[in-house]
Amino acid sequence: MLNYIVRRVFQSVVVLLIVGLVAFSMFRFVGDPIDNMLGQERTQADIERLRTQLGLDQPFPVQYWRFLENAAQGNFGVSYRQGRPVAEIIGERAPATLELAAVSGLFAIALGIVLGVFTAIRRDGWASNLIMTGSLIGVSLPTFLIGILLIYLFSVELDLLPSFGRGEVVDVGGWSTGFLTVSGLKALVLPAVTLGLYQMTLIMRLVRAEMLEVLRQDYISFARARGLSERVVNFRHALKNTLVPVITVIGLQFGSIIAFAIITETVFQWPGVGLLFINAIQFVDIPVMAAYLMLISVMFVGINLVVDLLYVAIDPRLRGEGNTA
Amino acid sequence: MKGARTAPDRQDPIALLRVRVAWQSDLAWAFRHSPLAVVSFVVVALLVSGAVFAPLIAPHDPFDPATLNLMNGFTAPGTPNAFTGESFLLGTDDQGRDVLSTILYGMRISLLVGFSAVLLAMAIGVTLGLISGYRGGWTETVIMRVADVQLTFPAILVAMLIFGIAKGFTPVEYRDQIAIWVLILAIGLSDWVQFARVVRGATLVEAKKEYVQAAQLIGRSGAAVMIRHILPNVLSPVLVIATISLALAIIAEATLSFLGVGAPPTQPSLGTLIRIGQGFLFSGEWWILFFPACTLLALALSVNLLGDWLRDALNPKLR
Repeated sequence: MLNYIVRRVFQSVVVLLIVGLVAFSMFRFVGDPIDNMLGQERTQADIERLRTQLGLDQPFPVQYWRFLENAAQGNFGVSYRQGRPVAEIIGERAPATLELAAVSGLFAIALGIVLGVFTAIRRDGWASNLIMTGSLIGVSLPTFLIGILLIYLFSVELDLLPSFGRGEVVDVGGWSTGFLTVSGLKALVLPAVTLGLYQMTLIMRLVRAEMLEVLRQDYISFARARGLSERVVNFRHALKNTLVPVITVIGLQFGSIIAFAIITETVFQWPGVGLLFINAIQFVDIPVMAAYLMLISVMFVGINLVVDLLYVAIDPRLRGEGNTA
Repeated sequence: MKGARTAPDRQDPIALLRVRVAWQSDLAWAFRHSPLAVVSFVVVALLVSGAVFAPLIAPHDPFDPATLNLMNGFTAPGTPNAFTGESFLLGTDDQGRDVLSTILYGMRISLLVGFSAVLLAMAIGVTLGLISGYRGGWTETVIMRVADVQLTFPAILVAMLIFGIAKGFTPVEYRDQIAIWVLILAIGLSDWVQFARVVRGATLVEAKKEYVQAAQLIGRSGAAVMIRHILPNVLSPVLVIATISLALAIIAEATLSFLGVGAPPTQPSLGTLIRIGQGFLFSGEWWILFFPACTLLALALSVNLLGDWLRDALNPKLR
């Protein structure tokens, strides 16, 4: 087991080193950093001085190591477009994305489990069929069209909810939150639904499939035979046993929510990290792109590592056989 | 490919017989008896031929400024324009471009990117899958590790990152010209893993069979065994994945273009058109957005349904 953990951690570190190399190469080979920093009036002496100062005269591995050191300390340089440290910009934008991701995640989990249980218990009812057909359409619609559709319905036609931005935000100890104002909460609804809809259908279908599987088991029949009420059988006995795979998927989907937030944030002009990244690609703002690349990789690799290790912790069959895992 | 499933071994010179054999094959039978597949196929065929023959059937050339009249801007579908009296089936956008024509031309870009990206992904994936399944050893370990790592990131994110990196490496003056190719590269590279995994799995099974051993015994080279003997036998799952990937690639292209990191405004794809149309949603010109969006949906949905049907038809066990 220790062998497996060590190998898994080693693998993750290698992946991060490679991603770091890609990010570093963007810095090193896209355009000339000296050109970007010095203005029109520069002398050869200026260039030489800055070159030594930035360490660009050092060999490639040394430069790469320095880049990694800086990245580990959260120092990604200065945005070409905004002229401010990247870490500062991302720090400002992060609350918007994290709040959006949290709300849409909660929406997806809550509604997904409720609808999944419902469609499993009332398997052949018309409502279940309606929900299942609707979920198929929901899966095949691209995220950005769902967003536009919701804007059209709730902002243009009904004029109930705002179509862009975060509304009013309150600053709580450096964290700007939209949870405390009415306009902030209203602004969250449409983006959160757009972002969470796909994950919601995913969780719903998974819960339904697992429930149907569990409801066939002997211990459910036995529980019914003992005269337990439907509610106790369905929720205490069946639902509890479906949750392990559901929790795994929820964990893995958290990364997707952050990734798909890029699309949702663009549709709703939500001032988060995803919108920042898209703008960075459009204007080839290398430091921002590199920082986002590193951050998202750390997150994805981290989530996967944790999920894999949790598997080992939960499932005794995986322990001991380091070479088969 | 000669009809691999049912065509008789003797070479029959009569083309008509071949058609009949193809018509009577299992696949054709399954197709004729699935109304959903027929409808999807007709929709795809109509849209693809609309795109291919766009220069012939489009009422206007949306990229020829000489034929544009700004006075025609914002003409509603089917109603004559107040100034010029001209009428457009699906209306016009802000610059007086006929929406029907921009859709037909936009589909060309969408389909070009979709098909090319899938072909690229297929070429990379099938090659690496064959090699890792047949050679094994550390080659397999490296290829499959890379695949695992890439699979942990969503494909659309990988495509965005590749697009951003490639854009960074290209000089500014070429960026718009090669945007389409970068897009193909980005989507293709983000999507090869599925092919590699499936082909590797199938190759592992095939490589143990007697016909492969026979080919090895008579001294055929490794490349010949992989390409001439194993490849034809692992193609049917590849076909299924390719169809489903096509739908995903079309949607990925539309998403990237919609986000403004895809097809440039000079070569608008369906996604770019939807991006343009979104700007007019609030002022009531719904048709600029609505018709491209419907076209995209019809295209992606019918390709997807076709892929689903193909998967079931080629794999009787799933039925």
